[in-house]
Amino acid sequence: MKTYEQINDRIESGKAVVLTADEIMDYVDKKGLDAAAEEVDVVTTATFGPMCSSGCFLNFGHSKPKIRMSEAWIEDVLVYTGLAAVDVYLGATQLRHGDPANMYPPGEFRYGGGHVIEDLIAGKTLQLFALSYGTDCYPLRELRTYFTINDLNQATMVNPRNCYQNYNVAINCSDKTIYTYMGQLEPNCKNANYCSAGQLSPLLNDPLYDTIGVGTRVWLAGAQGHVYAEGTQHAGACERTEGGVPTGGAGTLALTGDMKQMQPEFVRGVSFRGYGISLAVGVGVPIPILNADILKRTCVRDRDILAPVTDYSHDYPQKTGKILKQVSYEQLRSGEIEIDGKKVNVGSLSSYYKALEIANLLADEIRRGDFQLTAPIAPLPKNVPMKSMIQRAKP
Amino acid sequence: MTSEPVTHKLMLHFPKCECEKPIIYHLVKDYDLVVNVFRAKVTPEEEGYLVLDVTGTEADIDRAMDYVKTFNVQVNFTGKGVIRDEEKCTHCGYCIPYCPTKALHLSDDASREVAYNEADCIECLACIRVCPYGACTSAF
Repeated sequence: MKTYEQINDRIESGKAVVLTADEIMDYVDKKGLDAAAEEVDVVTTATFGPMCSSGCFLNFGHSKPKIRMSEAWIEDVLVYTGLAAVDVYLGATQLRHGDPANMYPPGEFRYGGGHVIEDLIAGKTLQLFALSYGTDCYPLRELRTYFTINDLNQATMVNPRNCYQNYNVAINCSDKTIYTYMGQLEPNCKNANYCSAGQLSPLLNDPLYDTIGVGTRVWLAGAQGHVYAEGTQHAGACERTEGGVPTGGAGTLALTGDMKQMQPEFVRGVSFRGYGISLAVGVGVPIPILNADILKRTCVRDRDILAPVTDYSHDYPQKTGKILKQVSYEQLRSGEIEIDGKKVNVGSLSSYYKALEIANLLADEIRRGDFQLTAPIAPLPKNVPMKSMIQRAKP
Repeated sequence: MTSEPVTHKLMLHFPKCECEKPIIYHLVKDYDLVVNVFRAKVTPEEEGYLVLDVTGTEADIDRAMDYVKTFNVQVNFTGKGVIRDEEKCTHCGYCIPYCPTKALHLSDDASREVAYNEADCIECLACIRVCPYGACTSAF
């Protein structure tokens, strides 16, 4: 048994024993669970993949004369101005003005909100264009200027939903190609795509939310951010394996961090042909090894984690709830699964390579004493299921 | 110089006004080359390009290239129009099932790094269409 304080003391003195979730299983197999639980202080987890529910709040500082922006665009991408005078919210999935979207399908969606966020963090000079109706205190009616992230007072990333605990494997049972947020899916179950770091993924290593909760400090694209709430669509009540690992979606995290501290290689705009824009973000989450049970759950392997294969041509859009079969991440990573006796090629939207890089970067930061752990100020709910929308006639 | 037939992958770039000449016909007819065209854009009044394999003796290929160059056609022996930007690639592996020749593949199971073997690329351009990060582009 260890406490957060004891672990942080060891981190501060540079003596903490830190392993990645990719290394811990073999280590525990070799040392034995109890001995390893005594020895290991932290296991680092990570993920890098598209997170559509992402965006950022920006504050530009005041122009002279002042403006209360009522409509604004950054690089022709609309931002939300229903906030204070020079505060805006930029959403990752926002299309650029004039993008034909899917008018001539499949659309290319080459540039949008996610790319603006990437360019901001990369330090590029961007154009702001804003309009206003003008007020006595904010008389300016129109503004065009060029800025970098360093000119802003604040640039705060918010991911209302990130780190999905587990996720669908998408397949297409119809007879024509479909374009989805899970990528391009060829007809007649020719290929399948998944999106999870599996055994390295944060919430799969803490499946019962023992240590990850509201207030947990995380590594967000190189910045030290934190979990500010349960993520949207968080649904802790779900089917789980004996080890507590969910066999579908389940938990999510809402994250925030200072974009000025972020590294551009971990924040990338995403263009899904025929679907739209998204943002890929790298996240690392440390798991404090407070006891042997927590350690045991970080030893989950790809073969123990199951994901539901779902038909995105019918069952997903029509919300039938049907699942074709469950497959393990070990099978998915082999590049081939079997559906109805037929071999199906598998691709990944989530980068295990980047996730591994992040887990190692976070482990190094903790070993150097530069990253302290925080106990949650509130746990993530375990017993809340996911609600569907109720579409009512006018009461 | 050996008289054994060899195969070279070439990229030919045609300037404006040379697109209407039957150059490839002469490669076959006059220089005894076997040609296999992978990509072509030959539009009158515009620039054009060809990516092709030519098989023949070194001597015939050299003579053929001298002939081609008389039309102001640029010959590029590296051959590949598909470029993968290492900086932009996130190694997600999404492209791999779409690559029919496994030119894009995982370098090893542990690191899951995506590697690109240019020699295996047949320039079907599937990767350019599917890559969400724009890591694969065409030289054309």
